[in-house]
Amino acid sequence: MKVLYALYADPETAQRAVDALHAACSELNFDERQIVIISGEPHEGYDFADSHITRRPYGWAVFGAAIGAGCGYLLTTLTQRAYPIFTGGMPLSPMWTDGIIVYELTMLGAILTALITLLVGAKLPNFKGVIKDPEIWLGKILVGVADPLESSQQDVQECLLGAGAAEVKQFSGVSD
Amino acid sequence: MQKTVEQIEQDLQRPTGRTQRAAERIEQDLLRPIFTTSGKYKVAVAVSGLLVLAGVAAFGYQLYTGIGVWGINSPVFWAFDITNFVFWIGISHAGTLISAILRLCNATWRRPVTRCAEAITVFSIVIGGLIPLCHIGRPWLGYWLIPYPNQRGIWPNFRSPLLWDFFAILTYLTGSTTFLYLPTIPDFAAIRDASTGFRKKICRILSLGWQGTPRQWQRLEIAMHIMAIAIVPVAVSVHTIVSWDFSMTLVPMWHSTIFGPYFVTGAIFSGIAALILAMALLRHFLHLEQYLTPLHFNNLGKLLLTMSLLWFYFTFCERLTTWYGNTPDEMAVFWQSIRLHFAPLFWTMVICNLIIPVPILSMKRFRTITGTAIASSTIIVGMWIERFLIIVPALDHKFLPFSWGVYRPTWVEDTLMASSFGMMALLYLLFSKAVPMISIWEMKVGLQPHGGGIITTAPAIAEPHGLVLEGPLPTDVPE
Repeated sequence: MKVLYALYADPETAQRAVDALHAACSELNFDERQIVIISGEPHEGYDFADSHITRRPYGWAVFGAAIGAGCGYLLTTLTQRAYPIFTGGMPLSPMWTDGIIVYELTMLGAILTALITLLVGAKLPNFKGVIKDPEIWLGKILVGVADPLESSQQDVQECLLGAGAAEVKQFSGVSD
Repeated sequence: MQKTVEQIEQDLQRPTGRTQRAAERIEQDLLRPIFTTSGKYKVAVAVSGLLVLAGVAAFGYQLYTGIGVWGINSPVFWAFDITNFVFWIGISHAGTLISAILRLCNATWRRPVTRCAEAITVFSIVIGGLIPLCHIGRPWLGYWLIPYPNQRGIWPNFRSPLLWDFFAILTYLTGSTTFLYLPTIPDFAAIRDASTGFRKKICRILSLGWQGTPRQWQRLEIAMHIMAIAIVPVAVSVHTIVSWDFSMTLVPMWHSTIFGPYFVTGAIFSGIAALILAMALLRHFLHLEQYLTPLHFNNLGKLLLTMSLLWFYFTFCERLTTWYGNTPDEMAVFWQSIRLHFAPLFWTMVICNLIIPVPILSMKRFRTITGTAIASSTIIVGMWIERFLIIVPALDHKFLPFSWGVYRPTWVEDTLMASSFGMMALLYLLFSKAVPMISIWEMKVGLQPHGGGIITTAPAIAEPHGLVLEGPLPTDVPE
């Protein structure tokens, strides 16, 4: 993977660069999905950051909780019913004590689903072609285009510089 | 195209330029302890390592000789080990619970505190979880504790609080570890990019190939939010279930309805104390003075004061109800702890948990770093004694006087207890060498205008103010 990118000192100029790239993408023959944005911290209140907002993980967590609850119920109920136990008139599968285990497994289900949702949603783990620049960790925001056409590289560079970048750099695609 | 000197100077005068310099300094300050090792650190590792080794030796002796080397007897089958178990599970409430609540409340001053707290949680649960393995005497059969049905002819009893413990601790350990790990991923990526060799390889794996795209940040923040919502009720349930180990039995002074909230209160109380103590030590040894400020200790000190009073309230309720009931079996235990054999321990507990900390923590001039650390130290001691006093006096004075017994701990139990503290210190020290003890990216968020850092002037914001607003900028000019 080859990425042409520039580093921006603040989210406002990064947003300008992203807007410029969005405006130019059809003219320069690249897809919007080829625009790369990387920062060392989250930025709220900017289009480039907020465009990925979704509530779906919450729904998945609830779904995971329901799965956990179902597993808890099956574990406690089926197991106890399978025992050849004489309970002396006591309920074979007592609701109160089973409820404690069902509760714990419900929460475990939600927690594990939240973790899985993060990994899937953030496309992790992904060890190939990790784009990095040491200045990202010093507060700069990387904006660039992945695999631009040879013919449009000059225009992409101008686009990035026009938004306020000091220089345009290139990532060769060698993973660490 | 390079920037001109005039442009760079202009940048530095703009808030953005200052923020960047602050971000750079945060990066340097928080990564420094990972890449440099001081003499004090080595001494601390050696001392805690020796304690752990002593514990391993004592445990080896116990395995070789048998669990008879402990002071437990009939009727005191639970003593130091379960005291330690309850104590460490209680300490674990420091981190995740406090961190989750502060995250949900969006308290900006939490940022330097959360990771210190979350690490305490994970290591405390690990230590707490090891203790039952020691207690069962034959740890190689420890997997029998795992309740899977109808294997080996053993039927897990889902009505047993000990089985609930398994599920509760499993859930809490999973949740706490995840809660600690998730916000560490970007920091592992920062270490990956700043290091070489073996450390780089490890951090490459642990960072999972993190880049920092908006999509990744957004998903991480949502995951943290879900975790924070889920972990609070789990934390409360864990110590409630630990309390049910006792209150579900018909032992004098155990069969109590307030044991659940009493234990949870005690757990949060001891947890905050442990957190303050850990923060004070980190601040000193890792030179994090600009990050762990007096404001953090002041705020946590107020919380500790509240918990101290709440703990006293529960203790008073518990004792008053027993005294008013005046049943002979319960009064036997009551007087043992108040006036007779265990009275010195009881009054030491009251002094450590109430008499010393309350005056210190109620006056602002004493609610300093030193003051809160002193109060926390006494509380740690007091809360360990509290756990002991819940367990042992009740067991050695059960219903029938002919079965009354006396418990005296042996050197093996003393060593194992000391070793658990050593293990906590060692794990914490090793962790501080692998991971920044303050989340770098969260601190940087604090520098953003909406993050409560550079624009907000409220003194309550505990970002490194000196760093952002008043601190001298480094003299070198960025290229």
